[in-house]
Amino acid sequence: MKIGVYVCHCGGNISEIVDVEKVAKYVDNQDDVVFAKHYSHMCSEDGQQMIINDVKEHNLDRVLVSACSPLFHGETFKNVAKQAGLNPYLIEMVNIREQCAWVHYDDLEKATEKATNLTEMGIDRIRNNNPLEEIKMDIGKSVLVIGAGIAGIQAALDLGDAGYQVHLVEKDASIGGKMAQLSRTFPTNDCAACILSPKMADVTTNKNITLHTYSEITKVDGNLGNFKVSLTHHPAFVDSESCVSCGLCAEACPVSVDDEFEWKISKRKAIYIPMDFAVPNRYLIDVENCLNQKARRKSGKTNVCRLCEKVCPQNCIDFENKPEYLELDIDAIIVTTGHDVFDAGRKPEYGYGKYENVLIAPEMERIIVKKSEGAEVRDIGKKIAFIQCVGSRDEQIGNEYCSRVCCMYATKLSQLIMHSAQVAGADKDIYVFYTDMRTFGKGYEEYYKSTQKMGVKFIRGRPSEIFKNPGSEKVNLRVEDTLNRQIIESEFDTVVLSVGLELSAGSKKIADILKIPKSTDGFLQEAHPKFRPVDTQKDGIFIAGTAQGPKDIPDSVAQASATAARVMRLLNQGSITMDPRKAFVHPELCDGCGECVSSCPYDTISMNADNIAVVDQNRCKGCGMCLSSCHSDALDLNMFTNFQLFSEVKAALKDKRESDKRIIVFADSICTYKLSDSVGNAKNKYSVDTRIIRVPSSSRVTPKLILQSFALGADAVFLGDCEKKSTPFLGSIDAVEKNIKLVKKNLEIVGISPDRVEFFQFVTVMLTKFPMLLNKMETIAKNKGTIPHEKRIKISNSLQEWLFPKNKEI
Amino acid sequence: MLKTIRLEDENTQFLKKVESISGEIITVCDQCGVCSGSCPFTDDMDITPANMMRKVQLGQSDVLETETIWICASCLRCMARCPRGLDLSKVAEALRQINLRTAINHIKVEDISPEEAKRLPAIAYVGAFRKLTG
Repeated sequence: MKIGVYVCHCGGNISEIVDVEKVAKYVDNQDDVVFAKHYSHMCSEDGQQMIINDVKEHNLDRVLVSACSPLFHGETFKNVAKQAGLNPYLIEMVNIREQCAWVHYDDLEKATEKATNLTEMGIDRIRNNNPLEEIKMDIGKSVLVIGAGIAGIQAALDLGDAGYQVHLVEKDASIGGKMAQLSRTFPTNDCAACILSPKMADVTTNKNITLHTYSEITKVDGNLGNFKVSLTHHPAFVDSESCVSCGLCAEACPVSVDDEFEWKISKRKAIYIPMDFAVPNRYLIDVENCLNQKARRKSGKTNVCRLCEKVCPQNCIDFENKPEYLELDIDAIIVTTGHDVFDAGRKPEYGYGKYENVLIAPEMERIIVKKSEGAEVRDIGKKIAFIQCVGSRDEQIGNEYCSRVCCMYATKLSQLIMHSAQVAGADKDIYVFYTDMRTFGKGYEEYYKSTQKMGVKFIRGRPSEIFKNPGSEKVNLRVEDTLNRQIIESEFDTVVLSVGLELSAGSKKIADILKIPKSTDGFLQEAHPKFRPVDTQKDGIFIAGTAQGPKDIPDSVAQASATAARVMRLLNQGSITMDPRKAFVHPELCDGCGECVSSCPYDTISMNADNIAVVDQNRCKGCGMCLSSCHSDALDLNMFTNFQLFSEVKAALKDKRESDKRIIVFADSICTYKLSDSVGNAKNKYSVDTRIIRVPSSSRVTPKLILQSFALGADAVFLGDCEKKSTPFLGSIDAVEKNIKLVKKNLEIVGISPDRVEFFQFVTVMLTKFPMLLNKMETIAKNKGTIPHEKRIKISNSLQEWLFPKNKEI
Repeated sequence: MLKTIRLEDENTQFLKKVESISGEIITVCDQCGVCSGSCPFTDDMDITPANMMRKVQLGQSDVLETETIWICASCLRCMARCPRGLDLSKVAEALRQINLRTAINHIKVEDISPEEAKRLPAIAYVGAFRKLTG
């Protein structure tokens, strides 16, 4: 082994505080170190060339650069290694600028000692580095879009136009989603069907889009670039190719049931077309209500009814239709499964379902549409009330969020009712009872004003209940006008409940199949609320539309186009390169207990035929959470192996004197390590007794490793990670908390204070919190005193026979 | 009739006092008024329950002089419907407590005539002499 060490002056940044010559001289005597040099700017052209020449001249097989943060110049030196013909994973950086010189600027001697020790740690770590290769995987261009509402249609069209192969899956018989059921759209009063149907037609004409309607996704395996999707086409009993939607079958059908598309305000037959502008435009048989299908299920008789078959001129009805099962190979997935409206029956005080004068807004939408088509609809009367926030902003029923569209749709509906009354020369008296009017979008406030102009009255107050006086046709509503501070009690002909949005049942199902998390409001969770708003925590899966949170049509469309762009960004590369930071198994150590299989939230670990654990290298995210579940150290993580981290900790405690305290800090790369660099930049001092060790995620730090640190002489151990909502690794924070709990318990048994271990979730702006917490750890270490040697021995002995961490107590 | 509302430190102190006695975070009330509509006694009150909450939020101590806080019977209809899960009966009780803790004597025993004393039930004495009710 030949290691070359370079200590950087960083143009005085380091050398003015740290005696770099002394550092280089000290490590020059270490085993395996061929030489240790110090130089003014290691990252400069000359510095890089110096490394390249030395590697060739001295046949170095490891290079250690003691300079700034690896997050700052890590890539630079990786490239240097490539140019020198050295595997890029055999060059390492030690951070003596941000984490030493810049934070210990007032104690030159201690800073030099720490820099020396950090460099030693680096040498002990790099000895155990393995040459690694980046994993490259070819990737295709087929995309699955789940849910064909306006968001799904938009995403599919964008991708189809760009030449990607799109499979658009819809569980209903027609595409169009919730928007198809609307009357008109705010703030332009465009008819919803008129602007949506051309888009629906585009889906059928786009040659790159394969449409799967009346279909359900049953299983999704794999990950980015190789998803395997199982799909079931439900039988429609009508051949979509030959059906010309003449409607003779429906005329002949004797069965009449509530029409779901019309929110049950009208009837349809058991053979029906979902809506006039359905895509695909074909009839289908409703299995639940068709007499023939009922008889088949009940007694096996096949000759019942069949009236539709007799009249069909195209012979396209087939009662023997069976479900079809498909398997698709998919590279990326977009989830646009949308919302359901709040079930108003959950607010019994509003009497929905009890009084027929009480409607929900979607029913009102359909009444308006049916009326404009000239159909017979119920008379809504003269005096109409809208109640806002039904199922939104209400902790009593568990929805704390605002549904964002109800203020505007109630404004729209009242405008439409007012308008049609004015045209007919009739008179309407409309009141909107609101909590706060939120008309935030482009053109929305103007729309609100124009509605006020028409004479719609807005009253600020949340109605408490709706009741009916005996013998009255109308319903009574009781509310405080909070601006007048008086109670209003008045009769109305019709009350419309502005119901909020909730994640649809279909979305819940898909989230479970895809294993993507939900946020606290119940909607699907994005990877980052600001900067990755349409990604999920799983690579290659994206979300858009109301499945991600309540939103209006423009926002849904914008988000859908965003997911299309994100998918193109990924798939356009033709291949993906993956970091070799992956978990792997030492097969000779694995005893086949299987504990690790359930520890991975991404399901990457399985047992092979020989009952040895194997990690799916393509799917592993390299967080290292699984390592804590292995009692035999068979599971390991490339670039952060058990042996590497152990050597690093050991080296960190090597030069500890009796008077010294030593705090081992395990910092996750994403938040804490980055934060410690920022703290260095800000020159915020903290205890010089700290040794920061970088890990991919603090869930990589096994209980065993923490206890080993104590056995080796640490006085305190501190773990830092991201907040739960911003970590890219599912379940990692919970895993850390579990590990910390176990460690504390074990320390207590030996008689070491559990306060010596601490875990904190950082946000990368906590520039003062970080030093404060480290200083607190130092104070704890000082106050608790030195850990007696026999206690350390006791921990060490217990680790020799380390069993399952979850039930292990010393 | 109209008077300017002052927003001084003492107003905030009053709010904090009511919050600490009642245990309710009164600042989360967003004045939707569902409590007033639900309250079976609103018609007999001088200010609505939501108005009582508003006055406490702004620290207007004249809320202590209202009838409302004495009319509240703690039936909890407001709490059952409050979208923020607040319990107004606790707030009303806190306001009553602030009044009662001033311990003003309303009844002097020597002022009770012998005739009245004969007709008064024992419970009236107990009520009249109870600590804090004066």
